[in-house]
Amino acid sequence: MSRLLSEQEYRKTKAFKIKRWYRGERDPYVGNVEIKPQTPVKESAEAKRQRLHDEAIVKRNIYDIERNKKLRLFVKLYKAVSVIFVFALIAVLLYIVSYLPPTGNAANPDNNEVAAKYIEDGLTDTGAVNIVTGMILDYRAFDTLGESNVLFVATCTVFILLRLDSRSKKKQEEENDRIYEPKNDIILQRVAFFLVPMIVIFGIYVILNGHLSPGGGFSGGAIIGSGLILYVNAFGFKKIERFFTQKTYTRICFAALLFYCLAKTYSFYCGAHHLETGIPLGTPGAILSAGLILPLNICVGLVVACTMYGFYAMFRKGGF
Amino acid sequence: MDFVQNFPFFSILLSLGSGVLTSVMNKRAARIWNTFVLTAVSAMSAALFVYMLRVKEPFTFMMGHFPAPWGNEIRAGILEAGMALFFSIIMILSIKGGERHIDSEVEESKVNLFYIMINLLLSSLLALIYTNDLFTAYVFVEINTISACGLIMITQHGRAIEAAMRYMIMSSLGSGLLLMGLCILYDITGHLLMSNIKEKVALVYAQGTYNVPLVASIGMICVGLAIKSALYPFHTWLPDAYGYSTVSSAAILSSLVSKGYIFLLIKIFYRVVGFDIIVDSRIMNIFFVFGLAGMIMGSVNAILENDIRRMVAFSSVAQIGYIYMGFGLGTAFGMVAAVFHILSHASTKSRLFMASAGLSDVSGKSKRFEDLTGSGYRNPIAGIAFMAGACSMVGIPLFSGFISKLLFAQAAVQNSILKLLPALLCLAVSTVLNAIYFMRTVIRIYTPIDAGTVGRKNLKMALGMDIRICPVYTVVLLLMMRLNMLLGCCSQPIVNWIESGLGMFG
Repeated sequence: MSRLLSEQEYRKTKAFKIKRWYRGERDPYVGNVEIKPQTPVKESAEAKRQRLHDEAIVKRNIYDIERNKKLRLFVKLYKAVSVIFVFALIAVLLYIVSYLPPTGNAANPDNNEVAAKYIEDGLTDTGAVNIVTGMILDYRAFDTLGESNVLFVATCTVFILLRLDSRSKKKQEEENDRIYEPKNDIILQRVAFFLVPMIVIFGIYVILNGHLSPGGGFSGGAIIGSGLILYVNAFGFKKIERFFTQKTYTRICFAALLFYCLAKTYSFYCGAHHLETGIPLGTPGAILSAGLILPLNICVGLVVACTMYGFYAMFRKGGF
Repeated sequence: MDFVQNFPFFSILLSLGSGVLTSVMNKRAARIWNTFVLTAVSAMSAALFVYMLRVKEPFTFMMGHFPAPWGNEIRAGILEAGMALFFSIIMILSIKGGERHIDSEVEESKVNLFYIMINLLLSSLLALIYTNDLFTAYVFVEINTISACGLIMITQHGRAIEAAMRYMIMSSLGSGLLLMGLCILYDITGHLLMSNIKEKVALVYAQGTYNVPLVASIGMICVGLAIKSALYPFHTWLPDAYGYSTVSSAAILSSLVSKGYIFLLIKIFYRVVGFDIIVDSRIMNIFFVFGLAGMIMGSVNAILENDIRRMVAFSSVAQIGYIYMGFGLGTAFGMVAAVFHILSHASTKSRLFMASAGLSDVSGKSKRFEDLTGSGYRNPIAGIAFMAGACSMVGIPLFSGFISKLLFAQAAVQNSILKLLPALLCLAVSTVLNAIYFMRTVIRIYTPIDAGTVGRKNLKMALGMDIRICPVYTVVLLLMMRLNMLLGCCSQPIVNWIESGLGMFG
């Protein structure tokens, strides 16, 4: 009861709802959360007998440790050899490490002209304040091009294994989605409501500042990807499909990687023939600087974010 | 700089980019585009090869605006150009020959994923051939491994997925060892560029300060790549991977993927560590022993097999053993023999896989020997191709297998008695074992079920059916036979080419 508001108006306020929840009169989960209780697997008597029969045969013919002497010997030998092997490997590796040059010593072989040039001329050569980004996206961009294609080929392999292309199977999988996790969990939704925008914005910040501060496409993309995963966990696939479907995924990955390939082809070609690319480096420290590094960071970020989310969606229901 | 010198760079970027392009294509477009890419890469490699024959001088190509120890670099010599040409030709033949199987075994909506894998695999093979930088090599080894895994399980058949799983585990172990080896090498030399590492390694080896890590890193790199290319004790992933995947995948995996790693290993021998130091480190003796064991055990396992595809797969174990035995001899001529055997085995094994698929197609899709009886009459082209492949594997003159055995024997004779005797002995024993299982199969496929099928009229009809129903398959098998005969009959120019190519490595 309130003294300032009438009964009817008071019932609409948040305070009233919280009070009811506090007293235990209302459970926000009831009627909102969709959860499918798991039913124990039922097996017909015939099937059970068949299964036990098969198991007995397998045990007797293949895994009968008592009588199968060869197998018994193999199992014992396998255990012993693997333990010996692992310890031998550890010993060998420790032995090698003790002969390696000490860490941080100025006279080490890896403290040479290569590292010196990266540190001294990195800023003027690439225009990136963060010399690590300058290294991976300008000096050694070919390796990074390969590395982003590793991500691409990994998602394609997961598609081969997990993508469900027949419509009926897809539908069944969608219905079964709530077996594993409850839908419309109000606590999760409220937390995600605040966290997801912050995570995504932070990811964008990390990507866009890749050439200025620690971070870049790979780390920023991973942050955005985790934001998307949190969103889909809280709000379900229906909501995320309003802005992120398989088509979006294909288009983003296609556009980003194709731009990456074309831009780098152009820049490699110019580099090898000692031509000017005509891409300005800008003033170091400004957000629009460092030539191709910023757009490439954005491309890498998009690919990584899509890959992270793609993996999750594939494992969860075999599609977007 | 001549325009031809751009071709290695163009072919790597073209195949890498078409992996991305294929992701938005449908099945038909993906297939046409893939054919175009493979043809373009073959044409460019052929042009480069001709150019290199004329110039006889290797060149480097800067990938970006920064010269080598700072930026990336690729390098092409005559051996690289020839290998790229050979690999792309074998790949185009393997894919064209297995097209019908891809249609029937792969889900309609996933065919474009298959072509993505092929394009990326091609780019990684080209990068492994041309790279002059160890870290680039590692990155493309990763692409190679993952796309090979995809190729194995594209049929989504239970055994194929299990095989892909095994392949993934063993391959990851190999990659891990390779990476650790590279890290140690970087730690003691401070470089990733092959030519710079070689200078530093010679210096470090002369001073003797870091000999323990140097030898350990050589060991790790060699064992890592040996696992990936299925040297004998590490071959357990191989029979399932080759036996249960679709036929194009099996042909590509056996003739190209494992050979790509072996080529990288040769490159590391010559361009990173230096051949003398490798021989001095005695890693060659280990290869020698494992190679000999592989030659014998692979053949014994093949004899015990009752499934034609798995039998051909086990024969690969034996052939990889030959190649490593060639390394193990530790002489320049042994390396030439090994490189020749890479070519010979690649051209033979892909054809054997194609032919065995054709034979099992006319025997109710069964791969068991009992069902294959008389299949040589039902599919004459596949029968002839299988027989020719078997002859090459056993080492009958006129086929490439004879030349590689001859070269191995010549290389062995140059060695001390300690290596000469086991090498010749194992060559002889392995040849006999090869003959046992291949001739058994040939006899089996030419044993008629009933006399009616053997008549000339029937054979003509079957041949006509072959050509009408699958003209591409027939042409592919004939081309592969031609390639193999070419290797077998005109071996001297090819051996000269390999020798000069290896010379350019140094």
